[in-house]
Amino acid sequence: MAKIVVDPITRIEGHLRIEAEVEGGVIKDAWSSSTMYRGIEKILKGRDPRDAWYWTQRFCGVCTTVHSIASIRAVENALKIKIPPNAELIRNIIIGIQNVQDHVIHFYHLHALDWVDITSALKADPVKTASLAASISEWPNNSPTHFKAVQEKLKAFVSTGRLGPFANAYWGHPAYRLPPEANLMATAHYLEALEWQKEVIKIHAILGSKNPHPQTFLVGGMSIPIDPDSQNALNADKLITVKRLLAKAQDFVEKVYIPDLLAIASFYKDWAAIGGGVGNYLSYGDFPDPVSGNLWFPAGIIRNRDISKLLPVDQQKVAEFVDHSWYEYQGGKGKGLHPWEGETEAKYSGPKPPYEHLDTTAKYSWVKAPRYEEMPMEVGPLARVLVAYVSGHKETKAIVDMVLAKLGVGPAALFSTLGRTAARGIDCLLNARQTPVYLDMLINNIGKGDYRIHANEKWEPAEWPAEASGYGWHEAPRGALGHWIRIKDQKIFNYQAVVPSTWNASPRDAKGQRGPYEAALVGTPVAKPDQPLEILRTIHSFDPCLACAVHVTDTTGNELVQVKVS
Amino acid sequence: MDSKKAISEEAGGFSVARLLQERGVSRRDFVKFCSTVTAAMALPATMVPKVVHALDKVQRPTLVWLNFQDCTGDTEALLRSANPTVGELVLDILSVDYHETIMAAAGHQAEAALEKTVKEFKGKYLCVVEGSIPLKDGGVYGCIGGKTFEQIAKHVCGNAAATIAVGTCAAYGGIAAAVPNPSGAVGVREAVSGATVLNLPGCPCNADNLTAVVVHFLTFGKLPAMDSHGRPLFAHGKRIHDNCERRPHFDAGQYVEKWGDDAHRKGFCLYKMGCKGPATFHNCPTQRFNERISWPVAAGHGCVGCSEPQFWDTSPVYRRLPNVPGFGIEKNADTIGLAFAAGVGGAFAIHGAMSALRKDKPAAEETKKEGEE
Repeated sequence: MAKIVVDPITRIEGHLRIEAEVEGGVIKDAWSSSTMYRGIEKILKGRDPRDAWYWTQRFCGVCTTVHSIASIRAVENALKIKIPPNAELIRNIIIGIQNVQDHVIHFYHLHALDWVDITSALKADPVKTASLAASISEWPNNSPTHFKAVQEKLKAFVSTGRLGPFANAYWGHPAYRLPPEANLMATAHYLEALEWQKEVIKIHAILGSKNPHPQTFLVGGMSIPIDPDSQNALNADKLITVKRLLAKAQDFVEKVYIPDLLAIASFYKDWAAIGGGVGNYLSYGDFPDPVSGNLWFPAGIIRNRDISKLLPVDQQKVAEFVDHSWYEYQGGKGKGLHPWEGETEAKYSGPKPPYEHLDTTAKYSWVKAPRYEEMPMEVGPLARVLVAYVSGHKETKAIVDMVLAKLGVGPAALFSTLGRTAARGIDCLLNARQTPVYLDMLINNIGKGDYRIHANEKWEPAEWPAEASGYGWHEAPRGALGHWIRIKDQKIFNYQAVVPSTWNASPRDAKGQRGPYEAALVGTPVAKPDQPLEILRTIHSFDPCLACAVHVTDTTGNELVQVKVS
Repeated sequence: MDSKKAISEEAGGFSVARLLQERGVSRRDFVKFCSTVTAAMALPATMVPKVVHALDKVQRPTLVWLNFQDCTGDTEALLRSANPTVGELVLDILSVDYHETIMAAAGHQAEAALEKTVKEFKGKYLCVVEGSIPLKDGGVYGCIGGKTFEQIAKHVCGNAAATIAVGTCAAYGGIAAAVPNPSGAVGVREAVSGATVLNLPGCPCNADNLTAVVVHFLTFGKLPAMDSHGRPLFAHGKRIHDNCERRPHFDAGQYVEKWGDDAHRKGFCLYKMGCKGPATFHNCPTQRFNERISWPVAAGHGCVGCSEPQFWDTSPVYRRLPNVPGFGIEKNADTIGLAFAAGVGGAFAIHGAMSALRKDKPAAEETKKEGEE
């Protein structure tokens, strides 16, 4: 049996390593390891809880708003602060466009090259490409001249002999199946999406001062003032720019992303039976109504792929294990800790670098193993869409049924690598259509003369109780995100974040249960073990928020190219 | 070393200008681009022809980008860059041979691509580092392909023509190095002694400043002049407070007292809300972000001082800076930066400031001389 090591896994955020055992061209077992540790939760102890959003924002610069949102919600929950409607609506707009932009970048720039062979685009006929594109979308740039220009640009680039970031990839791999025209269409949209993303995210600059790392979050509200009669505040001019950019975002998602997703998926339908994973799904729900607090995206849990039952979520039932993670709990092994009691005491026990293999029977990752009632859970757009679908959320149901009908598959197809990738598109479209609703609500509210953006009463720490604890939940692009905080004497006493990629990239727990990446890889075919393109497909379908590399080696540590796969 | 000449060799036979021309970029747009970056470098307009001439000649240089203890925020900043766009940077201007976030290859093939570049362009390629480097316990807190970040940095930065440390983490250790620095995180200069390193701090760094550094390097064949924290003077030579659009309100004693109050809506000074502009040296007020749309103060939130070494331990976000009116606009970072820093925090913040003083070696003395020509 050959052991494949992929480290670094590229086209993700962060540092991720996958080790997998392959037999007869199929993965028999897999281990997911994060190879980087900073210890920010430890660093946070003793600091001002109002600063926590700024610190935790640095967990990730890709989903650059999500930890700020979860953090201010956690502190507000602990201190029982109710924020003004305008602040809630501005946050909803920031969340919505973050999801939309992040999903498009993921599809085109992080995931597409697993399905699209750029080198094949050189052989495409631009006229045929244009008719293919016209058959699925009315996007105005889908013209023969545009596709020809892209192809010429690509040719000139290749002719320099320096392929830069496209060098040394798995081009020509037998698992690539798109015709040259589809490859050219996707390549053209890869470049267009690159331009589009920097435009639409200007919404964060208007409402948040900059992106990445917007800087207008506050415990108790937002710091962007509202005043239609001031040039130094959110006024009609800025609101209309946000409106225009939201329309631009929605247009691209409807006319480019979704048609491309469906077109590409139709060539890879066998991937609807690969990469299912743990089969348990968790969503915290999001988009609170500014008045009632009701969530537009519902919260819930689905177990064992049973879409006849939706279970409620109870924050008390979340616990993290470290039996295969490089940490030690004071209370010893085999037990999970609720985040309020959480500990982050690093204790590396892996091999001394440089190393070839991790000892996957022992501890092998910097990621902890979060479990819900001791069960591993998958989080992310698929979980969010499934929970909404099962709860009867009408907007979600309409889009899911449309996608399933176009691909000619049933709901069971969603439990797969392809289902995960399709659900991200569905989630993106839902966000693209819902975010303008919050902008309209904001404009209406301002029109009524409400300019409030911050609840001031509890800004000064002197107003706080001696002790408080709270949690903040958020559905980030990559899924269910929770921050738990305990405040003592106006300072952070304990802080724990259980992030989407902690759920999904988790190693085994005390019972030996695999995490979602690990479970999803089992059964994945690998045509050429020295070019494990299929591993990237399944791992990227989760949109990991760690960084990675992949080698293929046998159990004695030789490069796989020298190994016979038995 | 004449780095400009060095990186021009063997770079593929096309000048940047010719490549741009072949991509349909007009001469007029090319000159416009040169003017923009010349302005970003705070150089006079008379220098534009020199930039144009240099980019006409220089051939698509090789760049590798390493991610260590980071959040990928600086990469995201690069993706938002407009002059030039990331598409132009990656396809036309540079040969980006390694960048884990965008590259198609993974695992063994990715490592092979990096190794090939280090070997073939030894001493000629530019390296960008994002994220800090953990040194504690043999560097086990950060590994790629089984090797520690420290091992990789020594190899790749050590063989580069120059390294640009983007973001406060790569420059000074950043958030991971905040007290109690659980992983022993440091910046590139401290991890790789002897390497030629320019710091471009900020959280994240401003992509326009990064582009300007790259163009400066291509144009003049060396890194721009730096201050004692290793930062380019063109971007970090002036205090935010002195360039701030709200400075008149500070001088007039008009302050925001509460979030959302009348003064806040009118755009008065954020000093009382904890703004660190008086102790921070960065071109945010003029360069701004996302194609100059905004920057924190313009959006109603104080500056947090993110481009100052060890700001994490010395600048609680909402704590007011002491003694601000005592300083004039002629001061620079080397004379007053740390004086502020040490004054801001409580006991453990001061601990951080002290470690900052110890850590931040004045490595820039010679580079400053060189830069002054």
